[in-house]
Amino acid sequence: MALLQISEPGMSTQPHQHRLAVGIDLGTTNSLVATVRNSIAVCLNDESGTAMLPSVVRYLADGSVEVGARAQAAQTRDPRNTIVSVKRFMGRGVADVAHVESMPYDFVDAPGMVRLRTVQGTKSPVEISAEILGSLRKRAEASLGGPLAGAVITVPAYFDDAQRQATKDAAELAGLTILRLLNEPTAAAIAYGLENASEGVYAVYDLGGGTFDISILRLSRGVFEVLSTNGDASLGGDDFDQRLYCWVIDRSHIAPPCDEDVRRLLMKAREAKEVLSRYDEAPIVARLSSGEQVDLTISRAEFDEITRPLVSKTLAPVRKALRDAGLRAEDIKGVVMVGGATRMPQVQRAVGEYFGQEPLTNLDPDKVVALGAAMQANVLAGNRSVEHDWLLLDVIPLSLGLETMGGLVEKVIARNSTIPVARGQEFTTFKDGQTAMAFHVLQGERELVSDCRSLARFELRGIPPMVAGAARIRVTFQVDADGLLSVSARELSSGVEANVIVKPSYGLSDQEVAEMLKSGFEHASEDMQRRALREQQVEAERLLEATAQALATDGDLLDEAARAAIDAAVAALSQAVGAGTLAEVKKTLDALSRATGNFAALRMDKGIRSALTGQKIDQLEV
Amino acid sequence: MSIDLQQDFFALFGLPRVYPIDLAKLEQAYLDLQSRVHPDRHAHRSDAEKRLAMQWATRVNEAYRTLRAPLSRAQYLLELRGVDAALETNTAMSPAFLMEQMEWREAVEEARDAGDCAGLDHLLLRLRKHASEIHDELAEHLSASGDAEAAAETVRRLMFIRKLESEIDDALEALEP
Repeated sequence: MALLQISEPGMSTQPHQHRLAVGIDLGTTNSLVATVRNSIAVCLNDESGTAMLPSVVRYLADGSVEVGARAQAAQTRDPRNTIVSVKRFMGRGVADVAHVESMPYDFVDAPGMVRLRTVQGTKSPVEISAEILGSLRKRAEASLGGPLAGAVITVPAYFDDAQRQATKDAAELAGLTILRLLNEPTAAAIAYGLENASEGVYAVYDLGGGTFDISILRLSRGVFEVLSTNGDASLGGDDFDQRLYCWVIDRSHIAPPCDEDVRRLLMKAREAKEVLSRYDEAPIVARLSSGEQVDLTISRAEFDEITRPLVSKTLAPVRKALRDAGLRAEDIKGVVMVGGATRMPQVQRAVGEYFGQEPLTNLDPDKVVALGAAMQANVLAGNRSVEHDWLLLDVIPLSLGLETMGGLVEKVIARNSTIPVARGQEFTTFKDGQTAMAFHVLQGERELVSDCRSLARFELRGIPPMVAGAARIRVTFQVDADGLLSVSARELSSGVEANVIVKPSYGLSDQEVAEMLKSGFEHASEDMQRRALREQQVEAERLLEATAQALATDGDLLDEAARAAIDAAVAALSQAVGAGTLAEVKKTLDALSRATGNFAALRMDKGIRSALTGQKIDQLEV
Repeated sequence: MSIDLQQDFFALFGLPRVYPIDLAKLEQAYLDLQSRVHPDRHAHRSDAEKRLAMQWATRVNEAYRTLRAPLSRAQYLLELRGVDAALETNTAMSPAFLMEQMEWREAVEEARDAGDCAGLDHLLLRLRKHASEIHDELAEHLSASGDAEAAAETVRRLMFIRKLESEIDDALEALEP
C-alpha cells in the first residue's frame, strides 16, 4: 500500500489546490512521516509497509549512505560508522553528552557542536540528521507523487535554541521547506484533542527514546493553549537500556567489552526492556566477540528497581510544569501518554499514581506526534478553510537572558511566555567615551552565567563617544513562532544598530550550512542550478497563488495605481516561471514580494478590524 | 479610526481603559485577534505577510499578558496616565512597610533554613491573602476619583510582595526531593 497516488503533481497554478504537506517526527530512536489524505492523518510507509524508520545512519567506505533498518542491522559490525540516536548530539558539545565513554564513536574535539569522524570524513549531527530527513522526504514524495510544499518538523518542547536551530539547519540541508518547528507534546495534543473532541486541561507526558517532555495544555474548541512546559532534553528510553546494560556488566563478570560488544549488549538490553513490558521476566543471552557468554534472566521487579531513579527523575519536571501553570495534579482532566518508553508498566504506574488517574493510552504512542504534526502541516499549508482551522498557542521552554556584571544572568524573556514574543531591555555605557558594547546571550533558569547555555556573543560598535551613562542601548529579543530567537541592539540617540540572528555557539555558521548544502549536492550528483531553479519556481508558484487569492478576496483595498503595479509584477513573474532563468525568477519574485508588501499590511489591518467589530464597536472610542 | 501596532492595549482588545476588566471578555478578544494575526494563519502567504503576522501576534501576546495580571495592568494604566510606578523603588516606601517586609523576609528565611515546607506553604497563603487586601486598595486608588500617586505607591508595595512570593516559590522548589 506504499505507493498510493492520490494527488496531481504540485506545480499547477490552480487556486485552492491541495498542497503536499507532511509532518515529520524526527525521533531519537525512530522517525516517521505522516500526511493528511482525504481529511485523515496517516503515517506513510516504506516499500515494505513499515512506518517507523530507525533513526540510524551508516556511512560506507564506497561513499554511499544507508539509513534505517539496513544501517541498524550493521551497527554491531560497523559501530564507528553507524550513528544511532544522533538527536542526542544536536546542538551539543562533547561535554554535554551523557555516556560518552560507552559510545563507540570517534569524537572530534572541536569547539561548538560535537562532530564524528567516519569513513566518509567528519560529520556533524546536523548532516547526519539531514540524511534521516532526506530519506523521509523521498519516501513522502514517492508516495504522494510530487515535490513537497512544506513540512512541519517536531522537536522536544524542552529543546533549547541551539537544538532547535540545529534541527532547522538539518531540514534545510535535506531540501525541506519548513512550515514550522512544532513541539512534540503539542503535536500529540492536536492529534489527541481532535480525535477525542476533548475539552479541559490536559497533561501530555512524552517519554521518547532520548528526551522527556511534560506539557500542560488547555484544550477548548478550536484552541490549543500551552500553559507550561518542562522536561529533560537528555532523558529517555535509551537511559533505561543503559541502566539494564550496566546491570548486565555488573552481573555477568565479563571483561570490559569492545565497541562491537557494547552495541550487541545494548541491543539485547533494549529487547529485554520490550519483553518486560509484556512479561514478568526476560532472558538476556549473548555470545560476545571475546568468546565470553552472557546468560542472564531479569525479572520485572528487578528492572523496576534499577530504573526507579529514572522514573522519579521525570516527576520533578511534572511538578514544576504544574506549578508554573498554577495548577495541582487534581486539576488535570486527563494525562496523554506519548513516546514508546511510556509502554513500560512502571512508567504508567508512576504517572497514574502521581495524577490519581489512569493515563490515556488509546492512541499509538509511537505515531501520535507524527500524526499531529501532519494535521498542523495541513493547516499551515492552507489546505483547510479558515473557519475550520484551530489556533495553537505555544510557549518557550527556557528563559532567555543577557550576561550582566559579575557573571550573573538578567532574564529578558521568562520561560513559558507565549510565542511569538519580544521584549526589550535598556543598557548604558559605564566608561566615558565608550564606543562599543559586548553582549552575551544565554538560555536557562539559573542565576550564574556558567550554569546557563551560552547561545551567542555579539558587539554593538560605533556608539558615538559620550560620558558614561549617557548612551541608551536597547537590546531587543524576538522569539518567533518556531521558538527561535533573534536579537538586535540599537543605540537610541544615534540610531546605530546591530542585528544578529542568534546562531548559537553550539550551532553551525551560515557558511558551514551553505558548504554542506553544496557538498551534499555533489555527493548526490544532482545539478545544483537545476535544484535551485526548482526551489525558486515552487516559491514563485506559492507567492503567485497567495497573491491571486489575496486579490480575489481583498482587491478592493487597493487603489488603481497599486493594483496596476501588482498586476504587472504578477505578469512578469508568471512569465519568468514559465521560461526564465534562475536569475530572472529570483528578480521578478523579489519584485512581486516588494509590490505586495503594503497590500499585506492593508489586509492585516482589515482582519484585525473585523475581529474587533465582532465585539463591542461602541467601546472602541473610549 | 486607524489601527496600528502602537495603539494602547485596552483599545487593541476593544476594552474601556479602566482597572476592573471583564477577564472573560479579554480572553475572548485575545483569541479572536490571535486567530486572525497568528503566524500559523499566514504560514503559506508571502514573506511580507509572515513578518507582519509575527509583529502583530507578538504585540497581541504582550498586550494580553500585560492586561491579564492585575499588577501589570495597574502599572500599565498608570503609565498611560504618565506615572512610572517602577521608578524610585527604594526611596518612596514608608518605614512601616519596609519594617513589615523585613519581618516577612525573616520568617521566610527561618522556614527555608529549617527545611519547613509546610511553614513556607502557610507563609505563601498568608502573603497572598495580604496581597489581595492591598489589591482592593489599589482598585480604589485607580478609580476615577482616585489618586495616581497613591496608586503608584500601592503598585510598588505589590511589587515587593510579588518578589517575596517568587522567593518562597524558589525556596519550595529547592526543598523538593
